[in-house]
Order: sequence, then C-alpha cells, then structure tokens
Amino acid sequence: MGLIVAIVIVCAIVAIAYVGVAVAGLSALFGIILPYLALAVFIVGVVYRIANWAKSPVPFNIVTTCGQEKSLDFIKTNPIDNPTTRAGMVVRMILEVTVFRSLFRNSKVELTADGDLRYQWEKWLWIFALLFHWGMFFTLLRHFRFFMADVPGWVGAIEAVDGVFMVDLHPIYLTGIFMLLGLVGLLGRRLYLGKVRYISLLNDYFPLCLLLGIVITGMNMRYLTHVDINNVRELMISLITFHPAIPAGGISPVFIMHLALVCTLLIYFPMSKLMHAFGVFMSPTRNMVNDSRKKRYVNPWNPVVEFHYYEDYEDEFREKMVKVGLPVDKTIEEAAAEKAAKEAQLKAELGM
Amino acid sequence: MRKKTNIVVGVLVFLLVVTAPIWLNFGKSAAAEGPEVSLDTPTINALPEDQRKCIYDTEYMRDNHMEILHQWKVQVVRDDNRVMVTPDGREFEMSLQNTCLDCHSNYEDFCKKCHDYNGVDPNCWTCHTNESTQYAGGATADEVNSGEVAS
Repeated sequence: MGLIVAIVIVCAIVAIAYVGVAVAGLSALFGIILPYLALAVFIVGVVYRIANWAKSPVPFNIVTTCGQEKSLDFIKTNPIDNPTTRAGMVVRMILEVTVFRSLFRNSKVELTADGDLRYQWEKWLWIFALLFHWGMFFTLLRHFRFFMADVPGWVGAIEAVDGVFMVDLHPIYLTGIFMLLGLVGLLGRRLYLGKVRYISLLNDYFPLCLLLGIVITGMNMRYLTHVDINNVRELMISLITFHPAIPAGGISPVFIMHLALVCTLLIYFPMSKLMHAFGVFMSPTRNMVNDSRKKRYVNPWNPVVEFHYYEDYEDEFREKMVKVGLPVDKTIEEAAAEKAAKEAQLKAELGM
Repeated sequence: MRKKTNIVVGVLVFLLVVTAPIWLNFGKSAAAEGPEVSLDTPTINALPEDQRKCIYDTEYMRDNHMEILHQWKVQVVRDDNRVMVTPDGREFEMSLQNTCLDCHSNYEDFCKKCHDYNGVDPNCWTCHTNESTQYAGGATADEVNSGEVAS
C-alpha cells in the first residue's frame, strides 16, 4: 500500500512539473522559485534538526560494543569495535560512515521446516547500500559540471574513470548504474523479505521511489531524451550566482522533471529518515567512548545530591552522644576550639 | 563542552560544503551567459539564403546531434547505408567529416564553444580531424590529405 502511494506521489510530482512547464509555462516557478525554496528548507531544516538533537541529554554511556573491551594486558582487545579511546571511536565512526560496518553485520533469523531456529548472514542490505551511496556520491560530484562557472578538472577525471565502459560511442557511467541497482535492490529486499515488508511504511517507500525517480529522469536525459545542456548549465549558474534568469533558449520540461524531484528530495530530507546522513554522527551508540569503567559518567538528569557525612552527623549530635556515653571522634572542647580557630582565620582573611 | 564544539564545527562544515558552489562561483554570473556559436563559414555563406538549413531544425540538433552521429555510425559501419533522408526530403551523405564539417568547418567557433562551456570532451577527434588537429611535424591538413606527408 505504502509503495503504491509512494509511486503515485512521485509520478504526480513529475507530471505536475512537466505540465507546469510544457503547458502552463511556469518555468520561473519550477526553475527558479522552487530550487531556492528547496535549498533554504534543506539548510534551515538540517540545522534545526541537528540543534534539536544537540539539546537532547544523553543519560547513560550507551555505546554499543562489538568486541572485547580493554581489560587485563594479556587479554586481546578490540580497540575499534569497543573503543576505549577517542581515537578508536573516530576510526570506528569513519569506517561506519564510509563502509557501513553495522550493515555488514546484518543477519536474519528464521524457523526452518524442522522447527530449528536458524540465523543467517543477510548481506544484501550492506551490498545495495554501498552501491547506492557511493554511486550517488560520485554522481553528485559529476554534477559539478553544472554547478561551477569553470568546470574543474577533477570532474573530467571522475567522468573518465566512471565512463570507462562505452557502448558504441556513449560512455555509460557506472556510478549511475550502481545507484539504480542499489535502489532497486533496496526496494526489492524490502518487498521480498516478509518481516521487512511487514514493518515498511510510506516513509520507507517514498524516499526509495523519489530517488529512483531522480535516477530514472536523470538517466533519461543522458541516454534517451536528450536536452540542451547549455540551457541547463546557464540556469544552474544563474541560480548559484544569484542572478536568476530562465535562459534565452528556454528550459526543457524533461529537465524540469528531474529538477522538481531533486527539489522535493531537498525539502523532504530534513523531515525524514534521510537525516540519518547527519544523525549517524550524533548517535550516542556510535560516538561515545566505552570508558565508563575508567571515568564516571554523570547523568545530566541526576538531581544534585547533598551528602551528610559522619563528621556532620557528629557535629549535630556530639553533646547528646557524650551525655549517653557514646564514643566521639572529637571531644566537645576540641570541636569548640576548632570552630573558634576557623572563625578567627575567617575574620583575619576578611580583615575584620 | 567538547560535545558542543564538535557539533558547531560539524554544522559549519555542513554549511560550507552545501554552499560551496555559491562562494566558489561568487561574482562569476557572466558564466550564466551561454556560448554563441558562429555559422559564418565559406560553405554556409555560399548557400542561397533559403537553403541554409541543417538536416533537422536547430533546436533538435542542439539536443540530439550526438545521438544522430551515433546512429549514422551504426548505419554506415554495420548496415552499409550511407544516405540519410531528412523529414523534408533532402538527401545527405552520413559522414561527420564530409557532411557536417563541410558546412561547420569552424571547429573553434562551433563545436568547441559549447563543449568547452559544458566541460564535454567528445571522442570524435581521436579518429576524425578538424581545423585545429595537430599533425606530426607541423604538417597541414592539406599536405596530409594529398599524401605529401605521412600522417
């Protein structure tokens, strides 16, 4: 159900954008106003979400440990999966962000026909996630040919490697294929595995369908329905340099379909699960150091506790204790002398 | 305190990266003016006014010229079909070198303009030649084509 709704929403956005430009002539709305709005919502939204997370207290040291903690010297420790130092945590975070090690550990559990419980390494989530994220990273870098007034050399270098496979005369960009494979795989996995399908909602299907829409409309322009990229570049540079103008040659509605979906993604990003891109850095389970046995971790929720030590207790009850013959650390005279000495010292310090 | 500093630095890095195209291209709005290609070549000028038409209209050529060249290559090399008929009935030899570059002989002011602007590096010129092709020993295209100099 969620999947159908997601597909309908994405198709509706594409249709509205296409009709809006091709029929209604709303180039300025979809080409200028929407991109600026989307970028503003994205930046403000992301900063708001991060600030909100930053304000949340972390009551306990809840770092997840996946290896032997540092203990006695002769016990082999795992400094990355159970970081007891900040450096270990940083290495762990970098590996988590770049190669998704926690997804690598994904397993599925099922009952066999004989009624045995079986755990199985489920590597597809990790593989498809790697394909998609890295594909998108390099695809985004390649798009800098549209975002830079002078196309930087590294864009050409990435294209040369990325497009190393040619079909006839066309370079086929591998990263685009990776993105498509990754997204189709992630969607397929969600539908194929019954337990994952059971917990999938519209907000799981929608980002996948939206990104698929972006990839498909983008690949369409590259391999099927070509557009004049002079106009696309002119529009993007005019937006980036804050001299927004629809190019003299007009703007193709085929491109606007892609742009409208990208703007939708930017707007949707801060209010959705896509915030995991920033959230991963703020996860207490990943960004904390497992040193709670070496260093006391103070819960910010704890009220301030006033302690009543034996010394205070004796001060309070000394005379009664002496009267009934209980032993005391200081006699009444000693306590009085100490108090007088302290007062004298205080007076001297204050110059009275 | 350290947590706060980390988050502030992180947010600043995010803002810097997201707005990178804006501050890297500050004041370069001139680049939003696309290139103007020139149609001022001897062959085009020699044509009567009403015959100065490409195989398809300008709009279509701008979007699809690479696709047309690709289809030509397939037709000529695989199907041995060297003649294309335009929608309005004119016939052309399907050849980049002899047909396209006959009219558009000004590589520097035609092809190169847009390709440079968009950072496109097509692989046409690994086999075909244009007015800017550099030959070994500084020979000219005419010398190479007439066989005076081995290319």
